[in-house]
Amino acid sequence: MSENGTAPHTTTVPPISLRRRITDHAMTGAAILTVILVLAPLVAIFAYLVYRGVGSINWAFLTQTPKPVGESGGGMANAIIGSVMILAIASIIGVPFGVGAGIYLAEFGRNRLGGIIRFTADVLNGVPSIVIGIVGYSIVVLYQKHFSALAGGVALSIMMVPTISRTTEEMLLLVPQALREAAYGLGVPRWRTTLSIVLRTATSGVITGIMLAFARIAGETAPLLFTTLGNQFWNIRYDQPTAALPLQIFVYANSPYEDWHRQAWAGSFVLIVLIVTSVAAVRYVVRRGSFGGAS
Amino acid sequence: MDRAFRSAITACGLAVLGVLGLIVYELVTRSSLSWHAFGFKFFATSEWDPVNEQFGALPFIYGTLVSSLVALVIAVPLAVGVAVFTTEMCPKALRSPLSFFVELLAAIPSVIYGLWAIFVLVPVLSEYVQPFLAKTFGWTGIFSGPPYGIGMLAAGIILAIMIIPIISAITREVLMVVPQHQREGVLALGATRWEMIRVGVLRNARAGIVGGIILGLGRALGETMAVTMVIGNRPEIAKSLFAPGYTMASVLANEFSEATGDTYLSALVEIGLALFLVTIVVNALARLMVWTVTRGQPARGHV
Repeated sequence: MSENGTAPHTTTVPPISLRRRITDHAMTGAAILTVILVLAPLVAIFAYLVYRGVGSINWAFLTQTPKPVGESGGGMANAIIGSVMILAIASIIGVPFGVGAGIYLAEFGRNRLGGIIRFTADVLNGVPSIVIGIVGYSIVVLYQKHFSALAGGVALSIMMVPTISRTTEEMLLLVPQALREAAYGLGVPRWRTTLSIVLRTATSGVITGIMLAFARIAGETAPLLFTTLGNQFWNIRYDQPTAALPLQIFVYANSPYEDWHRQAWAGSFVLIVLIVTSVAAVRYVVRRGSFGGAS
Repeated sequence: MDRAFRSAITACGLAVLGVLGLIVYELVTRSSLSWHAFGFKFFATSEWDPVNEQFGALPFIYGTLVSSLVALVIAVPLAVGVAVFTTEMCPKALRSPLSFFVELLAAIPSVIYGLWAIFVLVPVLSEYVQPFLAKTFGWTGIFSGPPYGIGMLAAGIILAIMIIPIISAITREVLMVVPQHQREGVLALGATRWEMIRVGVLRNARAGIVGGIILGLGRALGETMAVTMVIGNRPEIAKSLFAPGYTMASVLANEFSEATGDTYLSALVEIGLALFLVTIVVNALARLMVWTVTRGQPARGHV
């Protein structure tokens, strides 16, 4: 900003007024304050989970079914197994459809229909999970005439598809076009190219997307309320009411019994550990596997 | 073979459309009974009496709107502040751990938020926060009544904690696509850092930030478990935020599996349909606004 003719080292920039400097510092301070305020509940939640959760886990909790109302002791073993079963059903249905839709969007979806499907997937992502629960109820429970693990799995699989399809699409688009052309040049048919070259190159990214969707549905409670319903006893049949960890936490948290509160914290801790380890385990396996992937 | 593969893959794509169609179909057909019985009055009356089969959804609509509004009032300044700090102010080394921690908030299941809210947030509210608010702002009528902790305010606060990660992640994404020369230009005119952020960055990203806020609103409207656990679940319209309320999502959570009678069930499904339509509109709007800002930019490539 030196004026014409003056030496370059003499600057004539007017000093920044005190008011502006104070505003600047105040806003920086305010921004730091927001970070502290946002991180505080995160720290508090994790601290409480560990503090109340770890102390409450014992052998009985992991191996026994719930005791009758008001009696202390017992555990959530049936709910842990139930959750695993429901999540398995959801993944068996949701993953192939999600990945398939993602392949469609990436490889054949550069047209109007693709645009509509893409937008629909984004919209589905925002549908409240409780509404998905109503759909699970009316398409499975009403036909089977009773609540079941299958109904819960179907509801959760509906929630998986949009997330998986969008991340799969994103990952497949990262695979260089030259790779596809090279395969075509060698006379490899399109389906083979897509599955063995493109999808395989993007495997680690696609699996990360699947785990993201899995982590999201693993803690879902609302869609299970009137699909799997919950169960105080063992059940390993897909067509019967089934206990699930999030449901059990919900019921116990709202109960007036101290011992059930303790178990709710223990259940929450197990749920978080379940989510984190399954995500970490799959990522570890994928990273070590033969296909390093595009990332 | 190629043709078979292509049709199978296309079928998967079409299944996405099919699912949306199925949701709409099921919600519309199963709520028709209630729609024919009550019409538009359903959304304007506040009587909820399953025994006499009189259903009005107004208290639930009110509760959903007010709790989400409280959540936005708390969450927006915090989320935007965090996004501004991580993109514009903080040292590079802190940047990605900080956004990782904020996004970790999004990975916690809703039911665990609820559990924490019941045993930690609600006692703190009733012991310290609500007496203070009542003493200072009690005259407004918004903060009056017995400080039970449980109620609209608790629901709003827990919702705020839950939607902060979404708003702040979108805001961060939008701020990062603001071209660097905008910042340099404003700084070269002699602006302080805050003036640069206000004039050069926030003003350019306005539409995208609003989009992120609306996306957060969409999440807050449909959030079920945590809210159900702390809002008090009473279908009343009260002026005070200390009073218990009820939301559309939580009435579904509490009453759906126990609803006896076709009209009752149909009325609940109609609430679900209304919730579905509102969130669809809100989400579509938000996507559009975010898209106008990040269009053509590799939004994630700037990390």
